[in-house]
Amino acid sequence: MTLQAERYRVIHETSYDYDSPVSLSRQQLHLTPRDCPWQSSIAHRITIDPVPAFTQSRQDPFANPVKLFAIEAPHNRLVVRADSMVEVRPRPFAGRLEESLPWEQVRKALAYGAAPVLLDANRYQFESPYVRVKHEFSDFARSCFTPNRPLFDAVRALMQYIYEEFDFDPKATTVSTPVLKILEERKGVCQDFAHLMLACLRSLGLAARYVSGYLLTKPPPGRPRMVGADASHAWISVYCPSAEGEFWMDFDPTNNLLPDTQHITLAWGRDFGDVSPLRGVILGGEAQEPEVAVTVTPCSED
Amino acid sequence: MPHSLLSIYPKNTDRFDEMLAEGGALRSSWQTFFDHLVAATPEQMRHRLDYVRRRIQENGVTYNVYADPKGTDRPWELDPLPLILSASEWQEISGAVTQRARLLNAVLGDLYGEQTLLKDGTLPSALVYGHNSFLWPCQGVKPPGDTWLHLYAADLARSPDGRWWVIRDRTQSPSGAGYALENRIIVSRVFPEQFRDMGVQHLASFFRSLRDSLTHWAPHEGKSERDGGTDAPLIVLLTPGPYNETYFEHSYLARYLGFPLVEGQDLTVRGECVYLKTLTGLCRVHAILRRLDDDYCDPLELRGDSALGVPGLLQAVRAGKVLVANALGSGLLESAALPGFLPGACEKLLGETLAMPSVGTWWCGEPTALEFAISNLERLVIKGAFPSQRMDPVFGNQLNGAQRKEMIDRMRARPLAYVAQELVNFSQAPVWAKSDDSHLLPRGVAVRVFVAATPQGYLVMPGGLTRVSAAANTRMISMQRGGSSKDTWVLTDEEVNCFTLLKNAVGIADLVRSGSNLSSRIVENLFWFGRYTERCEDVARLLRVGLSRLVDTGTETMPALMSTYDLCCSLKLLPVDEDGDGGNEHQSNDDKTIYQLDLESQMLAAISDEEWGDGLAGNIRRLLWVGAQVREHFSLDNWHALNRMQHHLQVYCEIRREIGDALAFLDQVLLSSSTLAGFAMDNMTRDDGWRFLIIGRRIERLIFLSSSISHFLRLESTRAAGSIEWLLELTDSIITYRSRYMTQPELLPALDLIVFNADNPHAVYFQLLDLKQYLGRLSAEQGDAEDEQLDLTINRLQAFDLSRFEGLDFSQCRNCNPCFELAGLLDEVAHAAAHLSDRLAMHYFAHIGEVGRQTLTA
Repeated sequence: MTLQAERYRVIHETSYDYDSPVSLSRQQLHLTPRDCPWQSSIAHRITIDPVPAFTQSRQDPFANPVKLFAIEAPHNRLVVRADSMVEVRPRPFAGRLEESLPWEQVRKALAYGAAPVLLDANRYQFESPYVRVKHEFSDFARSCFTPNRPLFDAVRALMQYIYEEFDFDPKATTVSTPVLKILEERKGVCQDFAHLMLACLRSLGLAARYVSGYLLTKPPPGRPRMVGADASHAWISVYCPSAEGEFWMDFDPTNNLLPDTQHITLAWGRDFGDVSPLRGVILGGEAQEPEVAVTVTPCSED
Repeated sequence: MPHSLLSIYPKNTDRFDEMLAEGGALRSSWQTFFDHLVAATPEQMRHRLDYVRRRIQENGVTYNVYADPKGTDRPWELDPLPLILSASEWQEISGAVTQRARLLNAVLGDLYGEQTLLKDGTLPSALVYGHNSFLWPCQGVKPPGDTWLHLYAADLARSPDGRWWVIRDRTQSPSGAGYALENRIIVSRVFPEQFRDMGVQHLASFFRSLRDSLTHWAPHEGKSERDGGTDAPLIVLLTPGPYNETYFEHSYLARYLGFPLVEGQDLTVRGECVYLKTLTGLCRVHAILRRLDDDYCDPLELRGDSALGVPGLLQAVRAGKVLVANALGSGLLESAALPGFLPGACEKLLGETLAMPSVGTWWCGEPTALEFAISNLERLVIKGAFPSQRMDPVFGNQLNGAQRKEMIDRMRARPLAYVAQELVNFSQAPVWAKSDDSHLLPRGVAVRVFVAATPQGYLVMPGGLTRVSAAANTRMISMQRGGSSKDTWVLTDEEVNCFTLLKNAVGIADLVRSGSNLSSRIVENLFWFGRYTERCEDVARLLRVGLSRLVDTGTETMPALMSTYDLCCSLKLLPVDEDGDGGNEHQSNDDKTIYQLDLESQMLAAISDEEWGDGLAGNIRRLLWVGAQVREHFSLDNWHALNRMQHHLQVYCEIRREIGDALAFLDQVLLSSSTLAGFAMDNMTRDDGWRFLIIGRRIERLIFLSSSISHFLRLESTRAAGSIEWLLELTDSIITYRSRYMTQPELLPALDLIVFNADNPHAVYFQLLDLKQYLGRLSAEQGDAEDEQLDLTINRLQAFDLSRFEGLDFSQCRNCNPCFELAGLLDEVAHAAAHLSDRLAMHYFAHIGEVGRQTLTA
């Protein structure tokens, strides 16, 4: 386990080639890594080709940096390139798993009527467009959530359960595959496993959020290359109140591990829809799948 | 008479009766009106009912029902008797709903801002964070004047003890104010003296306040480079389109308030400003009164699957460049669970006690509420707390043992998803029995009351939309489920405010308010309106020419009948023959009876056949559809003419189709067409919208005339006697011909009159000259180059030597050179006209319409 801070350079390039010219394009980008206690942005730049007529940067409702832009002249190609340098520091989670509160107590603390009101967690506690709350999900997770089990211990068991039961299969699903279908078919990609895990936790009355980010493209010598390393990655973060205040712990069900300095956080929200890296509306052109290329390299290699 | 009027009206009931006090005595506010009803004769009442029915049909008041097998437009139901509310009673209602509007506005401000209601637990976070109508990207957006709710409506019902309750809040984009207005206009004309003498409050000043307030709050920095230099802010009414259930109201209100009616595709965001796409370019929009649900308003930041919205709208709102009313996100307050928490929110946000209670509502997410709901299930209705559940209300008293257990299990498994609500016993009011003409019947009523935000505070519309249940004992009132409506008369002891916003319904040009606000979509629809009006007229006239010859077929008219039939075939007006042979081959005259029957059935089918798209019925439907797209641009009378046409079509399609009925129907269509033409020429402002309508008519007529005459010259059967006569009839030129020549129709003078004449509005040459004039004016105004191709066509026609027809015996000629060449020239004219239509579409309309728009995520 790494115990020192790591610096990474992340290049995330998305390009669209349109068959016929697009006359008007408005896009919303979640491509700027957010700062958090274990991560700082050192340098960051987004370049857009063609040059937009309008750009604006602000924070979204989950405090992620977001950039809007509009191109108001006909164009056949759009390239958005985000170039970031971030520092990721080790997270102090050792020993936390068994120390955390029993999961029923966490659920109780989050329920209506409990004091104090935990609004920051409540945001991630209910249904959202990609995450349904249904008994099918709580039934699926029930074997991990035995009475009085410490929350994070139970969540880690659920993560492992999903990792073992589900196949990683990029052809099996699309962005719009419902999470209930993922549960039935038992296959998907990182985004699907994250949504499924969120559905399980929220159906149990817990609070958990979707994290979008990156993994190191080439692993350090002697370590296996992780799944999802050549594109954006997704995992989840689970809420647990503790003596020191609120505490969120990340879990990566695709790789069955607890994210540390090899996971670079981009943004978080209720689900993918809140933080999709690029979301836009075009007038004209044809629906196209974009070319996406992500490269993450440790700065020491530069 | 009073006995018969109330003979089947119950004197005692377990409900509150709006008209009768306990013991059956009349309430004082109803006395005058009731006395009048008693005095009215059955004939008077029949006339009144008839008037209501006719006005609704002619004004086209409809309520679209998506799943209605009878088609999407269903006539609005209106009972002529108003619901009467006394001044004192109204004062109480008015105060309570004003407070509620203030409260709900404050709740929205809090939930999209500080969220103190959530932080201190006044409101459960599940009902906000878990609700799909809470629009996350709208957090932190502050609307001008801190006004989230510009138009709010409360559905009120009265319990047996006489107290009013709020049964539903409408905060998204309340419908019904326009229907209330339309009901008022009709009912005040049914009972004009009573309306005047009883001191009924008028509605118009309410709408003026709404309009003035939007103008007041619209962010408007004065003149700017892109808004055409106008001083007043541009306010538009945004509709989801003609398929929405309340589209009639959208177009009615747009016209009444003087706002352009627009769809999402009419608007575009450039930078952070919203613009209306118009013929003359982009026009800055300062305020949007929306009838589109908020989550559909911006596919970029809100629902990505919305094809109805305006990408970038939310950013324009955030930047303070446009006012959207009601504010995006206000739909959240229609949440079923919310009413139970309003008393607490009222204390907290306003420091007041909630004046009018909501119908008893319990959110099962609270353990005590869940237990209460389960033990009182028989007298409660269970609803889903979140729209995403798509749950129909479950009435506890309708559940059998197993269903009841299942419901309770569901509630226990996920209590926060359920809301229990008390069943409401509506009060009753009299309606006029439709089946006979001398009885009143009791029906449940609920009143929708409207409140508008003004800079001085919330203002209540003194009236409302009273909705009437379909049966005496129902607990649901829904216009979608077959209910009816009433006007609502609020009495006052003070002087009545007689301000009116209504335009003169007769004659004054109402089509286009000002050229600069004309959206390209509207212009395109006006163009097609012109084309379809003309096409219906042409087809109807040709079929009349044919059918009238069929009626009195003797040996003399038989050849003329055949040639008209041939022309119909050549123009592809008749349904395609299943057997493959188009019927062009003539049988011998021996079996003409069978032949005639065949002709008759084919021509009748061309009128009404639903399957046959190119027939008259199909074209009338297209005309009505296009008309509906631009409904708010027509005067009421113009609209009446369209509705009459639809009515005649419906009636004709329902009856047994005989030749006499068909001829009568064709006469009606021609009459309506000439009425529409008259409106176009006489009652519409001469702006570019009108110009496109007329250009559409001219192009269509040019195509029809030149192809008809061309076919006429080529067909063999037209050489028979009587053909030139019907050709003149077809081109509506027979009167002119007779006044000029006083002879049997001959080819040369006929061609001169219908092809080369510059004064005959049914001549080919006339259409060309007219088109040239309008197109010239259009290109001058738009700064475009003049169309040269039209000049070429005109020159070619002028160069044709008509004297070549001199001495020609048409009855004997077979494909002679003059006929052949003129026919060829006319084909070219028709082709040029079709080409002109395409070029206009490319140039003026193409930047809207079929261009695909997609939301993409990566």
